[in-house]
Amino acid sequence: MRIEIRFAGFGGQGIIKSGIMTAMAACIYGGKHAVQTQSYGPESRGGACKSEVVISYSEIDFPKITEPDILVLMSQHAYNEYAEDVKKGGTIILDPDMIPNEKKLEGVKIFRVPATRIAEELGRTIVANVVMLGALTAITGVVDKEALKEAIKANVPKGTEELNLKAFERGYEYGKKLVEG
Amino acid sequence: MGGDKAVLTGVHFMSGDIACAEGAIAAGCRFFAGYPITPATEIAEHMAARMPEVGGIYIQMEDEIASIAAVIGASYAGLKAMTATSGPGFSLMQENIGLAVMTEAPCVIVDVMRGGPSTGQPTLPGQQDVMQVKWGSHGDYEIIALAPSSVQEMFDFTVEAFNLAETYRVPTFVMADEIVAHMWERVVIPPPENIRIVNRKKPSVSRDDYMPFMPDDDLVPPMACFGEGYRFHATGLTHDERGYPRTQDSEVQTRLVQRLCDKIRKNADKIVRVEEVMLDDADVVVVAYGIVARSALSAVRRAREQGVKAGLLRLITLWPFPGKHVAKAAEKAKAIIVPEMNCGQIVREVERAAKTTPAYHVPKLGENPHTPMEIFAAIRRHG
Repeated sequence: MRIEIRFAGFGGQGIIKSGIMTAMAACIYGGKHAVQTQSYGPESRGGACKSEVVISYSEIDFPKITEPDILVLMSQHAYNEYAEDVKKGGTIILDPDMIPNEKKLEGVKIFRVPATRIAEELGRTIVANVVMLGALTAITGVVDKEALKEAIKANVPKGTEELNLKAFERGYEYGKKLVEG
Repeated sequence: MGGDKAVLTGVHFMSGDIACAEGAIAAGCRFFAGYPITPATEIAEHMAARMPEVGGIYIQMEDEIASIAAVIGASYAGLKAMTATSGPGFSLMQENIGLAVMTEAPCVIVDVMRGGPSTGQPTLPGQQDVMQVKWGSHGDYEIIALAPSSVQEMFDFTVEAFNLAETYRVPTFVMADEIVAHMWERVVIPPPENIRIVNRKKPSVSRDDYMPFMPDDDLVPPMACFGEGYRFHATGLTHDERGYPRTQDSEVQTRLVQRLCDKIRKNADKIVRVEEVMLDDADVVVVAYGIVARSALSAVRRAREQGVKAGLLRLITLWPFPGKHVAKAAEKAKAIIVPEMNCGQIVREVERAAKTTPAYHVPKLGENPHTPMEIFAAIRRHG
């Protein structure tokens, strides 16, 4: 089993951190092999940004992604760039407020999670990526919920754990509802 | 020095840059001078946080020329010292790298390779400095260069780089790339007693008899530190065993420069490391290093599954070049495939060692290394 996940958006949304937390959850707290790689422009904020995670039961040779099973998209640019890369039968989780224009895609499961709006309701837009992680966990089950919570605690700034875990739970609930219809 | 915080024994999820910095600290590095540059910035950033914790010194210098100069000075003062940079900074360091070679200053230089030439593609990977590391400074010399393929190896090879630098009194290079440096993976840091540490040989003669450039049988001179009370003259000029300039003496020039080369060449069998995978009966040999070696391994496995006798020779040491290993693998092989993230560099050394066996270069530039399929296709084409 080799699962490929790509997170994409713009610099400042916590895209790279999302990949690190997912990979860390799968590897350190989940007992699987995982590797995270990243790509970003020279601008630290605002530029196109992506983060890729490979999760596997065996050792990972090639650390990059060729055909993602799962896409988590948080900007229109990311959607335009990557939406069609997803594997047939794969999953796209996107933030519809950030992506007003969608194309017609066939053979793909699409889940719309207004992560930025949910984060705003919690008082901090900056946790939108963690809302997305909650939704990702509920929708795909690709990482264990408790493992991802551990990874979040290990990665967020001290003092923000509670807010981030709340954001994670809100995303998880939203994702669960989408799956259950 | 450094106490409990020096070696972070345990299982971690780290980036390659951070693992490199931790490897340096575990090896005993207590001096870092550098100038931040993508994709090596996180090494400096991490060292800035960690050096004060372990009683070390971190200095952000005005540029890379000053950085390597400070590293040489720290090394002479007795500390294990390191700098980290990428292509443009590496170019600036070249003159003083020659000074480190000439003055036999043990030090570690990390080059996280990005796309060049010039400022090129700062956030994207490359393997374009693998010849520069060998030939970038003027004059005749030998250095040691290692190529990590994983975050774990960013830790392990940085430790090893310090050991080699201290053993041979030579600048030693960790030739990483943007992917290995920015990638996050599991890293196991062993307890300190399980990490092999080598320290430079100290003088065993009296202060009056000490000559800083008088080699032992292994061609490496024992090294006193500045301030320990030994007379020590160091210069970039050609010098005799006392360290005094001898700019008109052909015999001294011959003796010194030949020894600087020979201390690496004649110890090459001890220094060189490779990883050999399924080479015994290989018709097609893939020679790869760094991040590309991981794609190559995947391609070789795929080829075997389909009945193609392929093998991988991974170069861990780029310099001194593992020519004997290439020659041996080439003997039985029909073809050698050399995928590199450049337009053809190490392939030239491979061709030299492989003699009549043809070597085919597979170039790759830009964001991604070769996919396993791309290398597999080359194996198919030439196998």
